[in-house]
Amino acid sequence: MTGRDFAIRFILTLIPIVLSILATSGLIVLLGGEPVAVYSTLWESAFQDQSAYAKVFNFWIPLTLAGAGLLLTFTAGLWNIGVEGQIVMGAIFASWGALFLDLPPVVLLIVNLSLAMLGGGLWGLLVGVLKTRLGVHEIFGGVALNAIANNIAIYLIAGPWEPPEGGSAQSTPPFPEASWLSEYSSDFPVSIIMLAVTIFAVILVWFLLNQTRWGLELKAVGKNARSALLLGVRTERVSLTALALGGAIAGLAGSHRVLGFYHSLRPLVSGGIGFLALLIVLLVGFRVILMPFAGFILAALFTGSTRLQTLQRIRPELVGDSSLVGVLQGLLVLMILYFNGVRERWFSNSSERATGDE
Amino acid sequence: MQIDLQNINKHFGSVHANKDISLTFEEGKIIGILGENGAGKSTLMKILSGYQPATTGTILIDGNPVDYSGPLAAIAHGIGMLQQDPLDVGAFTVLENFIFGREAKTFVERLFDDLSSAKKQLNEITNRFGFQLDPELLISELSIAQRQQLEIVRLLAQNVRTLILDEPTTGISTDQKKLLFDTLRSMATEGMTILLVSHKLEEVISLCDEVAVLRAGELVGQKEMPATKSELVQMMFGEDLPVAERERKDLSKEPVLLEMRDVTVSEGRLTMQNIHLQVRRGEIIGLAGLDGSGQELLMRAAAGLHSLDAGNLFLYDANVTGASYHTMMKRGVVFCAAGRIEEGLIAGLTLTEHVALTEGAGMFIDWQGAKKETSAKIAAYNVRGRPDDNIEQLSGGNQQRVLMSLVPELPTVMILEQPMRGLDVDSAAGIWDKLLERCDSGSALIFSSPDLDEILTYSDRVLVCYAGETTMVDDPSAMTNNQLGHLIGGEFKRKS
Repeated sequence: MTGRDFAIRFILTLIPIVLSILATSGLIVLLGGEPVAVYSTLWESAFQDQSAYAKVFNFWIPLTLAGAGLLLTFTAGLWNIGVEGQIVMGAIFASWGALFLDLPPVVLLIVNLSLAMLGGGLWGLLVGVLKTRLGVHEIFGGVALNAIANNIAIYLIAGPWEPPEGGSAQSTPPFPEASWLSEYSSDFPVSIIMLAVTIFAVILVWFLLNQTRWGLELKAVGKNARSALLLGVRTERVSLTALALGGAIAGLAGSHRVLGFYHSLRPLVSGGIGFLALLIVLLVGFRVILMPFAGFILAALFTGSTRLQTLQRIRPELVGDSSLVGVLQGLLVLMILYFNGVRERWFSNSSERATGDE
Repeated sequence: MQIDLQNINKHFGSVHANKDISLTFEEGKIIGILGENGAGKSTLMKILSGYQPATTGTILIDGNPVDYSGPLAAIAHGIGMLQQDPLDVGAFTVLENFIFGREAKTFVERLFDDLSSAKKQLNEITNRFGFQLDPELLISELSIAQRQQLEIVRLLAQNVRTLILDEPTTGISTDQKKLLFDTLRSMATEGMTILLVSHKLEEVISLCDEVAVLRAGELVGQKEMPATKSELVQMMFGEDLPVAERERKDLSKEPVLLEMRDVTVSEGRLTMQNIHLQVRRGEIIGLAGLDGSGQELLMRAAAGLHSLDAGNLFLYDANVTGASYHTMMKRGVVFCAAGRIEEGLIAGLTLTEHVALTEGAGMFIDWQGAKKETSAKIAAYNVRGRPDDNIEQLSGGNQQRVLMSLVPELPTVMILEQPMRGLDVDSAAGIWDKLLERCDSGSALIFSSPDLDEILTYSDRVLVCYAGETTMVDDPSAMTNNQLGHLIGGEFKRKS
C-alpha cells in the first residue's frame, strides 16, 4: 500500500465518524440541548475512571467473543443470526454447572467455560444441520432457535431452577460464589481470565482464518461453494464446523454474562449482544484485526448512553433527548457502511487492471 | 460508412493493451480480427463499440472524428456489438425482448408499447435477412444462434451499420454457425460492415474478406483474403505451428479405470438411458453433441456430481454408485466445469490460495511453499498473472489455464467440460500436450468440446450424444468433420 493510498483510507474512515457527530450535534442544538455537554458526559461515562473502564470492558468481552465467533461463520458465507441463541445456550449450560456442580474453583471454572462452549456449539451445529440436511436457511433456522433458546431459559427460571423461596420468574437463585468469575479489584471489577480468553479467541480466529487449511476452506466456501466443492472441499462439513465453532465461542460470551455479570441466569440473558456483534462484524467488513476496536467504540457508546439517560433526568435542558445515543449509533453505522462503499469504489477504479481479452 | 481508427492506445495500469493501432474498415466488408489470447482484440473492439474509452487516439466515421461516452452513443453512430452472451430475458417472448431494445419515438409509445408496429418492424427485418424468429416464442425456447439473430435484429432496428461480433460461434452447433454466417454474408451484401473477432481460423478463412492481425497489443499485419491457415498462423504467432496429429495406440489390453454400466440419468426434460461406457488407462474419450444433448449430464454423473436413476458406476473395479464427489476425487477422479469462474474457480481468492486449497495436506498452510508452487505453475502453463493476483483479475484464457493447472498430476480420471474454452490455438496446443502426457503416464480423459476438429484430433473414441441417446464411434481417425457433424445432428440411423 502506498502512502497516498493509506492517507485516503484513513480519511475515508474518519469522515463518517466526523459527519455523524456533526449531524447528531445539529440535532441536539435543534432540540435545545448542548452538544458539548452531551459528548463530555458520553466520554466521561466511558473513560472517566477505572469503574467506568470496567463497565466498558464488561460489555466489550461478550461483544467481542460473539464477534469472533461470527467472523468464522461470515467467512464461510453463513448469516449466523442464531448467534443470540448460541449465547443464551452457552449461558444456560454454564448456569447448570454453576448451580449443580461442586468442584474446586479452578476446575469448576474450566468445566463451566467448557460447558458454555458445548452449549453454544451444539446450538450452532443445530443451525447447520437444519441447513445442510433439511434445507432450512440459516437465517430462518437461527431466528427460530433464538426464540427457542430464550424460552428454554425462561422455562428453567420459572420451573426446575426456580429459587427455593418461590420465583417471580426473574432469575434463578444466585450461583454459589465459587463459580463466580474472579474480579481484578473492587475498583476494576473485570475478570482478567475472561479478558485473556477474549483476546486469545480473537487471535485464534485470526490464526485459523489465515494460517490453516480449514480457514482457507471457509473462505472458499463463503465465496463460491459450488467451485469449492469441485476443488475438493467438503462444503457441508465446513459449514457445520464453522457454525459449531462459531457457536462455541459465542457460548463463552454467554458464560461471561451469567458467571461474571449477573451471577444467576435471567431471561433474555444476552440482551441483544449477538445482534450488536453482527453489526460490528459487518461494519469492519469481516476484518479480524479491526473487530475488537470497533467493538470497543460501540461498547463505550452503549455504556455512555445509560449515563446520558441519568443526566437527562437531572438536567433535561442539556441533553434534549436521551435517545440521541441511538441516533448517533444509527448514523455512525449508516455512514461507515456508506463510506465503505465509497472506499471500495475508489480503490477498484484506481486499481483497474488489464482483463485482457480472448 | 467507413471507420478509421487512428493511433489508438489503451493502457490498463502498467499493461499497454493496444499500441498505436491505426486501421480502416471499409463499407460492405467482413473483416476478421485475429490474434492470440491477450493480443488486444477484445479491447480494441470494446473501444470501438463504446464499452471502454481509449487512452489516446481518434475514431473517424466517414472522415468525421467522433467521441462517444458509451455503448448507446456508439449505437447512435451506427456501431453495435453483439455480446458473447445474448442480453435477453428468458421469460419473455421474442417480440417483448425486441421492444426492450427499441427506442420509443413518441410519448404515447413510451407509455404503451405499440405492439403492432413493433411486430411489423421485427417481421420486416427478419424477412429481409431470412431469419426464422417467431415473435411469439419465448426466449428460453430459442437456440443460441436464434438469440444471436434477435440481438442482431435489435441492433439493426437501431440503424446499426457496423456490427462487431466477439467469438460469436462459442458454444453453438455447426448448423447454427452456418445460419449465423449466412446472415452475416447477406448483411455485408446490403452494405454493412462486419467485424469478426475470432481465433478459429477456419471460420475466418471461410467468412472474411480481409483480416487484421494483432499480436501483443500491436497491429502486425493486414491481408486481403483468401489466405491459407498456415499464413494466418504465421501472422498471429510469428511462426508456423505444426498441425497436431495424435498417434493412437491399442488400448484394448489396458485396465478399465471408469465404467458406467446400464446407467440412466435425467435432468429436467432430458433423460439418458442405457449408457455403457468403459474408459481405459491412457484413453481419451471425446463427447460430441449439440448443446444440451446430454454431454454435461453424462460427465457429471460419471464424476459423482449427479445421482444415477439406475445402473452402476465403477472406479478401478469398485462399485462407487452414489459416492459423493469428494470420495470420487479421493479415489482419483477430477471434474472441471465449463463455466470456469462460476463453477471451478473462486473469485476473490488469489492464485496462491487456489493452489494451497487444492494441493498439499495437513492442518496448516505453508504459504511460502504454496507461492513457490504457484510460480512454477504460472511458468509451466504460461499464465499471464502473478501469484498474488485475484483470479478474477485474469483474462478468461488465463483463468482457463489456471483451472487446468489445478488438475492433479497423479494418474486420474480427468473429466473436463470444454477444457480449451476461450483459448487460442497456441495455448490450446500447449495444454493438450500436458493432457496427452498425463494420459501416457496412466491417466484417462473424458472431455467435451463444441469444436469437432478438436474431438476428432485427440479422441481415441468418440461418444456422440443426441437427444439423450449415445452412440460410440470406435475409430474417429476414419471420420471426417462433416460426418461427425451429421452424427451429432441425429443421423445415426441412416449410417447404420
